[in-house]
Amino acid sequence: MSVARKKHHDPVGKPAIEIDEHIVEILSDSGEGAQKCGQSFGAIAARLGYGIWTVEIIPAEIQPPARSVDGASGNRIRVAGHPVTNGGDTADVVVAFNEQVLLGRLRADELKPGCTILLEDKWRNDADPAIAASYAAVYEELIENGFDVRQIPMEVECLEIVKDPRKGKNMFALGVLCNIYSLDAQAGHEQIRFIFGKKGDLVVNTNQKLFDAGFKWAEQNLDIKYKLQATPATEANIVVNGNTALALGVMASGMEVCAMYPITPATSASHYLSEAFHKVGGVVHQAEDEIAAAAFAVGSSYAGKCALTITSGPGYSLKQEVLGLAVMAEIPLVVIDVQRGGPSTGQPTKPEQGDLLTACFGSHGDAPKVVMAVSDIEDCFYSVITARKIAETFNTVVVLLSDASLATAQQPFPRPEFSEDWLAAPIDQSPVEEGYYPYNWDPRSGQRQRVIPGQPGGMHTLTGLAHDRRSCVAYNLKINKEGMRHRSLKLAALQKTIKTPRVLGDDQGELLVVGWGSTRGAIEEAVKRVREDGHSVSSMHLKILQPLASGIKEIMQRFDKVLVVENNWADSLDDELIDEENRRYSNLGWLLRARCLVDVDCWGEVGEQPIKPGTVERVIRERLS
Amino acid sequence: MSTRATEFLKRSGEREHPLEDYVGRVPRWCTGCGDNAVLAAVQRVCREEQLPPEKLVFVSGIGCSSRFPHYMGSYGFHGLHGRALPIAEGIKMRRPDLHVFVNTGDGDCCSIGAAHWVHATRYNMNLTVMMHDNNIYGLTKNQASPTSPQGTRSNTTPRGSLLPPLDPLQATLGMSNLSFVAQAADWIPELLFQIIHAAFKHRGFSFIRILQRCPEFQANRWEPCIHDPGKLLLLTHENGIQVSPALAKVYKNIEEHDPADLVDARRIVGTSEQLPVGIIYRNPDVKCYEDLAAPDKLYTPALVKQGLETEFDKFTIWPRD
Repeated sequence: MSVARKKHHDPVGKPAIEIDEHIVEILSDSGEGAQKCGQSFGAIAARLGYGIWTVEIIPAEIQPPARSVDGASGNRIRVAGHPVTNGGDTADVVVAFNEQVLLGRLRADELKPGCTILLEDKWRNDADPAIAASYAAVYEELIENGFDVRQIPMEVECLEIVKDPRKGKNMFALGVLCNIYSLDAQAGHEQIRFIFGKKGDLVVNTNQKLFDAGFKWAEQNLDIKYKLQATPATEANIVVNGNTALALGVMASGMEVCAMYPITPATSASHYLSEAFHKVGGVVHQAEDEIAAAAFAVGSSYAGKCALTITSGPGYSLKQEVLGLAVMAEIPLVVIDVQRGGPSTGQPTKPEQGDLLTACFGSHGDAPKVVMAVSDIEDCFYSVITARKIAETFNTVVVLLSDASLATAQQPFPRPEFSEDWLAAPIDQSPVEEGYYPYNWDPRSGQRQRVIPGQPGGMHTLTGLAHDRRSCVAYNLKINKEGMRHRSLKLAALQKTIKTPRVLGDDQGELLVVGWGSTRGAIEEAVKRVREDGHSVSSMHLKILQPLASGIKEIMQRFDKVLVVENNWADSLDDELIDEENRRYSNLGWLLRARCLVDVDCWGEVGEQPIKPGTVERVIRERLS
Repeated sequence: MSTRATEFLKRSGEREHPLEDYVGRVPRWCTGCGDNAVLAAVQRVCREEQLPPEKLVFVSGIGCSSRFPHYMGSYGFHGLHGRALPIAEGIKMRRPDLHVFVNTGDGDCCSIGAAHWVHATRYNMNLTVMMHDNNIYGLTKNQASPTSPQGTRSNTTPRGSLLPPLDPLQATLGMSNLSFVAQAADWIPELLFQIIHAAFKHRGFSFIRILQRCPEFQANRWEPCIHDPGKLLLLTHENGIQVSPALAKVYKNIEEHDPADLVDARRIVGTSEQLPVGIIYRNPDVKCYEDLAAPDKLYTPALVKQGLETEFDKFTIWPRD
């Protein structure tokens, strides 16, 4: 890395400590721009070839009370000299705009003991004696607990450049961080131009000045400097969050309609689509409610324009009846559920993987659906394309599960090379042969050839009532059974095409850790750490959860123990009332036990934050002992 | 294209569509049900306009009226209770070539799907909507609906319904971005045909409330109006419907009403002692949502590639030298 080398020999320079990776957090009150600072820091690092994973720290309200312990807004950036797949464990360096938001993260055990804290010092002499006292108290506590606290006069320094430092401190902080990590100031300037370019030169220049001031202040006043050994990027990478990647996947899949209703944390995907979808001939319809959004998408798909609806848990529940209709009438439909903490309104901005069983078995009656989950940012992009293909090939509902942790996380991935294969072939709209039945089920696979409105000779009335091959209302019980059998067979036909999941590590041993969705990175990292200590532990990630691939049972049987790790609820046997007869398993725990008749153990966490590799590592070690 | 396809296209271009082309399965409605009259009128409109049956989609919800699509010789979508409108919107959105009709009932439209009704009116998509209003839930066997008159005795209101009815016309006239509302009666086929025809010709969301007889559960509901034509008020206009001399002999209450006049429409609906029949309001200038929302460019693989590359550029980090 030429840049790091240059900094290394800076005449003013201090010796830079070489590190493999670090976790940085930037925390502020809502509206002070810590998120922009964090995202920019991540983008600059990615641009210079480092591996990054960013996690948004989001309060529940748009503007929670200032200086509140649970009101922290900001960003965590894990930056490394190698690719990273998750947000990591505890923070090494924290920038905090006030001591209260910092306290929130400290109480949540998000800070590494003794880590460096860069703290805005303006509160020390605040006019309000209560604020000054609270600052002093927190400062004392941090020092007592061995944290390396550096007080920074951010406000004072920014006032030299702008009148309202609330609108500039974040770029000052960005400068400080870039200096600490020996990142090229020029790359910082480029990033500032990228984010403020639309607002004109004055805004860009002011922010670059703030950045330079922070960079210089850190150079002159801090004795900490790190250098990460990066592998310079040799290929073009895309840096987006999971929701934007999903939206790009929608565009790349050739879908033409997205019908949605605003719901956290799914909505930002629709924000991006609203901006860009029309450029590829698509339309975003903001419906009057979740049910209408699903019904609109079904209508559009029925008419030959494959559509999706995107939502989160509560909205997913509302759509259930429509999903039943799509299954019954065999209309292709992609539903994205960006899961959040539930049930009910639950925790709208917090990650959870609690919707898996609802996705598999929701709606009413027997409604076989395909369920798959995304595991990282690149996967968000490609999975939508796969989901659309499965939906159209099998004329059924495909539920794609993401969650709040991926929704806002950023991770670079290779810029995709467009392929026409991503798009579905146009539907054959030629006149329909005589003797055609709209539900001309193949007796082996349950497949049928779909006809869309406008095709001469194919006229029929599609119905949500049980129907026969002609789509006539079934007044005969045998007909109902025939329809159910064929709809069910489609999942079996799909299942025959799914590859057995790969085992990471040895394909037999003491413990197999199984996971799905966004926890993949944390689980695989934890398993790698434990394996380095010589333990016989492997992991398996499941992408398609319904139908489950064949061979999973055989793999599980080759291990002494199988442990499912998920970000959802599982009863703990440590609770007095819980025993093997009443224990409620985690979602995948239920699924694997039922499907494979293997005594699968499970561990679930609903801790409001993405599951950490260190936590999984601890759980694995407990299970091994 | 196959020979068969070519022949088909040639034939559909030349051949005139007789009424039979629009006939589907044999209706299973009760004897005397007003829905039969609506079906006949719709089939006549289709023949009048010579609409290719494959270009017609009848979307319905759940209820007696919602069996309608099965009885047409066209495409149909018999979906969910209350959700006909959003499904129809989804169909119409990217398929302007299709003629989309909606058959819904008073329970379907004014109760379980009421939210969609308000918004469908506001979207103003080019749909022809027939709300078969028999003032009762028929298919579920006799429960009061939102439009049942106060005091209606039904299985859920054995001592008489407690609330005054919801007036679909007043409700519609209060909705934003309204472009067409009419009222028809199933027992006056001449006007039923004219009104459905006018609704079809209107480019926008055409909402027709059809007073519909249910001989099974609301046998006496419209009887007074049938026996006493004086209980109806026919609205005529050169831009509305015309009343034939024969009909004028029976229906003495005839009023000139310009469908463009919203204030007068509200006066008629809000104050008239008689039930108005005719086009109550029409504004051809309201823009359709599918036109407003349509992307400038049509979807093609080349467009997707071009659009994606532009978007990828925004997020790409190029390798530094």
